[in-house]
Order: sequence, then C-alpha cells, then structure tokens
Amino acid sequence: MAKIIKIGMADLKIASPPDTLQTCGLGSCVGICLWDPLTRIGSMAHIMLPNSSQGKMGNAAKFADTAVPMLIVQMTQLGAHKSRIVAKIAGGAQMFSFYSANDIMKIGERNIEAVKLALDQAQIKLLAEDTGGNYGRTIEFCPENCRLFIRTINLGEKYI
Amino acid sequence: MPGYENISEFVLDAFREIGTIGAGNGATALSQLMNRKIGMTVPAIRVLPFAQVPDVVGGPERLVAGVFTTVKGQAPCNILFMFPMASALVLVGNLTGSRYSENSQIDDIGRSALTEVVNIVTGAYLNSLAGFTNLDFIPSVPALAMDMAGAILNVVLAQIGMAGDHALLMETVFTEIKENVTGHFFLLPEAGSLERIMEAIGVKG
Repeated sequence: MAKIIKIGMADLKIASPPDTLQTCGLGSCVGICLWDPLTRIGSMAHIMLPNSSQGKMGNAAKFADTAVPMLIVQMTQLGAHKSRIVAKIAGGAQMFSFYSANDIMKIGERNIEAVKLALDQAQIKLLAEDTGGNYGRTIEFCPENCRLFIRTINLGEKYI
Repeated sequence: MPGYENISEFVLDAFREIGTIGAGNGATALSQLMNRKIGMTVPAIRVLPFAQVPDVVGGPERLVAGVFTTVKGQAPCNILFMFPMASALVLVGNLTGSRYSENSQIDDIGRSALTEVVNIVTGAYLNSLAGFTNLDFIPSVPALAMDMAGAILNVVLAQIGMAGDHALLMETVFTEIKENVTGHFFLLPEAGSLERIMEAIGVKG
C-alpha cells in the first residue's frame, strides 16, 4: 500500500516508492524535493526561513541553508549518492502585499534565493521550480518518477 | 529567551485576562459597526509547534480570508484575523449591502471593507492593551489574503520563527449568531513581548 507521508511546517522526511511525500499550504515557505534517480530515494523539506545564522540553531528543517545539507545526509545514509541527487522546488509566494513592502514581507523571495544558493553550494542541479506569485500551494512529490504535483486554489493543478 | 513550553499557569491567566478585555472591546466595536449582537469566546491560549498551528483553523488547506497586522512598539506582536470563506462572504455582503453567492470572488470594495472591519477591531483591542499596560502598540496597515490557511500562516509564523520552534497564540472566536458568521482572532507575541507585557502589569513569571 502506498502511503502519503505528510510534512508539516519546518519539517523534513525521506521516502521510497511507492510512498509519496506531501506538504499542504505552502505560502512564503518553500518545499524542497531531492531525488536520487538510481535508488529512487526521495526527500522533502518545508522550510520557513532563509538563514539559520540570524537565529538560534535548533531545528535544521526550518532554514534553507541547514535543511538542504540535512536532506543530503539522511538520503546518503539510506544509500543515495550525492553526485546523482537532483532537486525540484515550489513555494516562496508573497501572500500579502503591504503598502510599505518591508523586508519580512519579501520573505518568500528571500526563501527562494536561499534555497537556490544552498543547492548551488551542495552542487545539486535544480530540475524544475514553481515559485513566487501570491498564492498558496499544496505539493506532492513522487519518488517513483520524480514528478512534483502542485495544487492551488485559483490556478488549478499541474505537474513539474 | 526561555521557550514557551514552560510558562507558568499564573502568567497564562494574566495574559488571558488582558486578552479577554481586549477582545471585549473588539467585540463592542464590531457590534456597533454592524449593528448586530456579537458573541465572543474566552481567549484560548496555546503553545504549539509550528506544524500544528494550521490545525487550529481546520487544517492547512482550508480556504480562508486572513487579515494580517504587524504591531511594533515595546512589545511587538502579530495579529491575524481569519474568517472561513463562507463567513467572509456573509460579512462582506452585510457591510457593502450586496449579496455574494457561495462561490463568488470578493471584489475590491469587499476586500477593502473586510480589511477595514479588522482594522477597527484590532484598533479597539490594541487600545485596551495599551491602556492596561501603558505600552505603545503601533499597528501596521492590515493586509488581506484569501487562500489556504497554511499558506497564510506561513508568513505570520515566519515572523516569530527565528526565535524558537513554538508559537504562543491567543485565540478568540467572534460570532454573529443570526447568520453564523465566525472569525478567529489570533494574537502572536514576538520573542520577549510576553515578558514585557507581564512586566508592565507587574506580574512575575
């Protein structure tokens, strides 16, 4: 029986086929999906903030810069190889438009940038992304074939 | 900063009392604005890991209208007023004198009206808080989003996410009985703000 493994805010998990990974209601947060095509080990993190250095460390899944290395470590422990790992990402929306667009309101944009930087530093290729905009997303990642399903309220559903 | 996991019962009671008075003022303002009877619940205070916060409003995928206000000053807070979509439609319909059917989109006038209602309730709430504590609370212009509850909460929780892994939230539910309109009012203090409010009213944790 295939299970849908749910990932909450500031959380990360690993899965193998036929199980899938799902996170609901991504707003300014970014969902990071990593995949090893040979072993078909997949993983997903739901990060809230770009950078751990400004805050106290603790939960690695909360920050872009700590979640990516953590996903890689957990995947390689299960037999994935770092050189093969590829990524897909979604989220990073700007949900509210304030009149004075201050820093924290651009949190989505900053999250996307930080995730891309962390992937770059780990030398992981970004295959596809569905980021930005001003709407929420629910995503489901399938380690069987690396398909990432994205559902929105007003803009329908798609795969990347 | 100590975690929210071990706040004393006494501090929570004091915080709840302030919230009750604030929400009472908010309910009065709302009642006058709408010319209706408005009920409110005694504030519920919860300390939750971020992942569980969306469950409070019926799950991360539930369609809601959320109005978000950041509050600056000596004790910075975040205020989120969330309406289930059906309630938002009735409320906006009442305010603008037009009818919104179940699946209709709220237009610009409706969005503006909803934001303004929240502005008035939030203002009444903060006024009472300021009077009580002698602290300044300076609200931002409120911003509205209609989307998945989880997506809206992301932004609010990101504000407090730097300091810890738990959110302290005080929730009051406002209800208009006749048409069953409900709204969930959440106050989320930033790191250190609860302590500052307690200090201001002379409560020692």
